[in-house]
Amino acid sequence: MSDLYEVSVTVNGTVYQRSVEPRLLLSDFLRHELGLTGTHVGCEHGVCGACTVLFDGEPVRSCLMFAVQANGHQVSTVEGLGTMEELHPLQQAFWEAHAVQCGFCTPGVLMTLLPFLEENPTPSEEEIREAISGNLCRCTGYQHIVDAVLLAAEKMPSQGDC
Amino acid sequence: MKPAPFDYYAPDTIHEALAHLARHGYDAKPLAGGQSLVPVMNFRLAQPSVLVDLNNVSELFFIRPDGDAGLRIGAMTRQAQVEHDALVAERAPLLQDAMPKVAFPQVRSRGTYGGSIAHADPSAELPAVSVALNGRFRLRSQSGERWVPAEEFFVALFTTALEPDELLVEIALPAMPPRSGWSFMEVSRRHHDFAMAGVAAVVALDGKDLCQQARLVFFSVGDGPMYARQAEETLVGQAPTPEAIRAAAEMAATADIDPGSDIHASAEFRRHLARVLAGRALEEAFGRASDANNK
Repeated sequence: MSDLYEVSVTVNGTVYQRSVEPRLLLSDFLRHELGLTGTHVGCEHGVCGACTVLFDGEPVRSCLMFAVQANGHQVSTVEGLGTMEELHPLQQAFWEAHAVQCGFCTPGVLMTLLPFLEENPTPSEEEIREAISGNLCRCTGYQHIVDAVLLAAEKMPSQGDC
Repeated sequence: MKPAPFDYYAPDTIHEALAHLARHGYDAKPLAGGQSLVPVMNFRLAQPSVLVDLNNVSELFFIRPDGDAGLRIGAMTRQAQVEHDALVAERAPLLQDAMPKVAFPQVRSRGTYGGSIAHADPSAELPAVSVALNGRFRLRSQSGERWVPAEEFFVALFTTALEPDELLVEIALPAMPPRSGWSFMEVSRRHHDFAMAGVAAVVALDGKDLCQQARLVFFSVGDGPMYARQAEETLVGQAPTPEAIRAAAEMAATADIDPGSDIHASAEFRRHLARVLAGRALEEAFGRASDANNK
């Protein structure tokens, strides 16, 4: 076994300090070390997008990074979005448009769409399909996800409007 | 699906990174964006005993103007940054055109220009674009540095001119030729998936509107980026008429590429795609070149 490394990672605003093996994937760090199981692990080779989190604000595959690489960085996961009582507007739109069936891909889809909608608050259907091209969903056929994003775009005031 | 154990180094400078590579030789792998290396480590197809993480080497992240209308790009520059960079859009529109086709948005957040080049996947876009743009790569080791033309860098399947103690540190893209045009096209079954066939083209016209250059570089149809030299020979000195373009596309698809068959497409289908893409790309590129002429 290789040496352990001390890491300090800020996840959803909370600083976590752990000792990790360098080979520990960021996805497994979030789930097993921190108990944040909202980040799902599908293919573990960068194809399915279920493990997408925000790394310093950018959407990344957490199965293609090592936890040691997150030392000193900011990670946002689906747990940081809304609460059961108060869903994030994007989650609310997913609820209303029935964009969730089995739910396995949903955390990755949400974390992919969050920065996308910030950058592009009024996307076309084509742009939405491009944006979620790196997230596999085997239930919805994507149509309801696209509907939800269009709904969210209506509901979420763009920053310029505030 | 967990990587085998390895020793991990995260140097802050190129100098330190080269020292790690020199010390560990073939046992060490540089870790760039990790979008190709980490999957093969997860599958344990690769089990490097040492990883030299380049993500803290700040001197490898840059996009700078170079000489007369050229570009210098640091090897660790993220693909997403290249995609959205104004200087790239102005000076290397072919590269800008290709970037959204490189994998998925989440992959481009981490993936780097240099990582894609050093990995040398035959279905990757950036190696072909770099050859089409007549790029050069700067390789450094403890014993010195050398510049290798993109055309000579890709040796075989997943194999490059890089020695185990060498690091790709920089990509240089020269200015586009005068009166030139470009085109980038690929066909894949799903958005952003690996292309079944693709092509990057840079053409130039001379003072008499005859073809001076027609660099067609294919990907996913051979062991690496495939520069269609015989197709170019049929075009140079000719007027880029539909007939001449058709002949060049035919030559490219039959003589210049070496596609294989796999689960995604048969060799025959890849040749068909290459022929159609070559024709369309040449037409678009020559169209842009003659528009540039009118300005």
